[in-house]
Amino acid sequence: MSADFYYTIEVIINGLMTGVLYSLVALGFVLIFKASGVFNYAQGVMALFAALTLVGLQNGQIPFAPLINSIFGTNLSTFGWTLPTVVAIVLALGVMVLFAYLVERYILRYLVGQDPVILFMATIGLAYFMEGFGDLMWGADIKKLDVGLPQGGNVWLESATEGWAEGFYGFYIDNLDIWATFIAVVLVIGLMVFSQYTKTGRALRAVADDNQAAMSVGISLRAIWVIVWSLAGFVALVAGTMWGAKSGVQFSLSLIALKALPVLMLGGFTSIPGAIVGGMIIGVGEKLFEYSIGPMIGGATENWFAYVLALLFLVFRPQGLFGEKIIERV
Amino acid sequence: MKLSKLALVAAAAITAASPILAGELVFPSLSYRTGPYAANGTPVADGFADYFTLLNERDGGIGGVMTKVIECETGYSTEKGVECYESTKGEGSLVYMPLSTGITYQLIPKVTADDIPMLTTGYGRTSAANGAVFSNVFNFPANYWQGASVAVNHILDQENGDIKGKTIALLYHNSAYGKEPIRTLEALAEKHGFDLTLLPVDHPGQEQKSQWLQIRRERPDYVVMWGWGVMNQVAIQEAANIKFPMDKFIGIWWSGSENDVIPAGAAADGYKALTFHAVGTDFPVFEDIQKYVVDAGKAAGTGENVGTVLYNRGMYGAMLAAEAAKVAQKMHGVAEITPSQMRDGLENLVMNDEIAAAIGFGGFGPNFEVSCANHGGPGLAAVQQWDAANQKWNLITDFMAPDMDVIQPLIDEDSAAYAAENNITPRDCN
Repeated sequence: MSADFYYTIEVIINGLMTGVLYSLVALGFVLIFKASGVFNYAQGVMALFAALTLVGLQNGQIPFAPLINSIFGTNLSTFGWTLPTVVAIVLALGVMVLFAYLVERYILRYLVGQDPVILFMATIGLAYFMEGFGDLMWGADIKKLDVGLPQGGNVWLESATEGWAEGFYGFYIDNLDIWATFIAVVLVIGLMVFSQYTKTGRALRAVADDNQAAMSVGISLRAIWVIVWSLAGFVALVAGTMWGAKSGVQFSLSLIALKALPVLMLGGFTSIPGAIVGGMIIGVGEKLFEYSIGPMIGGATENWFAYVLALLFLVFRPQGLFGEKIIERV
Repeated sequence: MKLSKLALVAAAAITAASPILAGELVFPSLSYRTGPYAANGTPVADGFADYFTLLNERDGGIGGVMTKVIECETGYSTEKGVECYESTKGEGSLVYMPLSTGITYQLIPKVTADDIPMLTTGYGRTSAANGAVFSNVFNFPANYWQGASVAVNHILDQENGDIKGKTIALLYHNSAYGKEPIRTLEALAEKHGFDLTLLPVDHPGQEQKSQWLQIRRERPDYVVMWGWGVMNQVAIQEAANIKFPMDKFIGIWWSGSENDVIPAGAAADGYKALTFHAVGTDFPVFEDIQKYVVDAGKAAGTGENVGTVLYNRGMYGAMLAAEAAKVAQKMHGVAEITPSQMRDGLENLVMNDEIAAAIGFGGFGPNFEVSCANHGGPGLAAVQQWDAANQKWNLITDFMAPDMDVIQPLIDEDSAAYAAENNITPRDCN
């Protein structure tokens, strides 16, 4: 086998793993859309806010310190202690649950029965509010996020495969990507078990199928919305942590939502496996295109090619690869 | 009676709402403290504002006239930047520093028509260095083409003057900004015989796996980076991941702040970047900033940014604008100068050891003179290197000159094309 062959395999493996990272963001969209029909524009900002909260708690940062300082003339910045990662994760999750409750209490409750586009507009407002609130609460500086996950190429794999062909330097796979894939698999299995085998999960599915019917048998729509937004907050925390570990936690993290859109178009807005498979197809597709065709046309093809790939799928399956077929009686 | 009272109230309201008090020199700050580039925009805006606060508190302004900074948030958006210009130009704004190449391109025809100067320190349109064509645009002390040349000169130094057959990869933000050095690097590749590999990264640059897998496969001898924001942090982390030697990875001055290296931790040690000003706080002006601004509770930010690369850059830009205002006051014999007079001040600015030392900036930046024909200065730049253990940048070279034999013809060609496209008759600078 030639080095080119192995490098192609390397590109495919890295594409799959990058796709899993896209899927982590897409999952949050799917959870909320499935349960409430709301396209949550704020999902990217939720990932940012969750990561900001995690790193702020880890570092013992005082929330709203610049605001407090400017009002009271104090000079506060940190509490002077740091929190273990696990404790910080649990607390950050608690903040996201509180956030879910507040979203239901102050936004969604007043929009029950409104047109989906109204709910979508509300999430746009929520996104901008959260971005400003996150800035006020934790500051706009870039924060290093270390949750103990290893980074850098996997040395064992690299040295074991080095020299398989002339000019081949061994497979490069980032340890962080391996961990992200593992965590994503556990997350998806957990979500599927939760929705299939728990009472709350079944209630979520009932609401997703027909919320009127679900309400008629006593399922509280409001409670379901809090639960589903909490789950989306949890997924946002995982996605924000993975992406934040790569680049530091900063406000451009909210833009990772752009990477989730072609995944959703391809995988469907209502399917958890669709988000995973869609992410992997997008990841591999864009990486292979960039590797094989990119150099001929000037490179930087990944952003637009992901959408072209998703649109191609839409021509044949408008509801996405795993989306539910829309049948409407007229 | 009622009518006269109403007129009185209206007159009072107009006076109160008037944005400029008599005797103020207005310096607009087109900043971005929000959005994806906020972490970089904030320290620059803080440094800019703090320097004018210092001038007011310590010196009573410039030439006896107090200064006023009016800040307008652009979010690094070109559209918002143009809106900021339109909404602030009527407030007596003396000089615009938009801190964005995209905004700069849009403002060039506007500032020229309005006869307001624009100073783009280390960014913007490179060929604006030709003052005969770009009468109102200044890009001293260094521009992107000069930066590209200084980077290549540094590589030449590292390789004992011979880089024939070597490969240099340009990893760049796929935007007007990132594409600026390509032409110069192509000309330099022809001159010195190195191979140039172009690796564009789409905005914002959060995902760069393809580019770094290519670098790992093709093993270029050096990587030069034109990045901004998250692209820098991800690139440095990916370079560390594939064990690319950091001392062979050189960023432009917008890829060389603490923000860019700290997220990668110890792995960023040895990474290099260009700069057109010094690093750290070991200059007398910082004692004054601390005393008159930070300790007095008048700092634009928390004061934690003082001495960081981007804070220093904002402060340096403010200093250049303030010195140009002094030149304009002297030239025209008035303290309250107009934007047109400010343009004259910028065009006759001289920075030398004596002037710099007098204002506490001795050794902070290179010496240069601006002229009618040359709005770009000599383009001197130095190389700084990150010391991860001590969390600080160190200057490892003197300020070096670019290869103007290659760059000047490119500037002449590009500015002539701009003049032809826009029916501009170049000024006679002789």
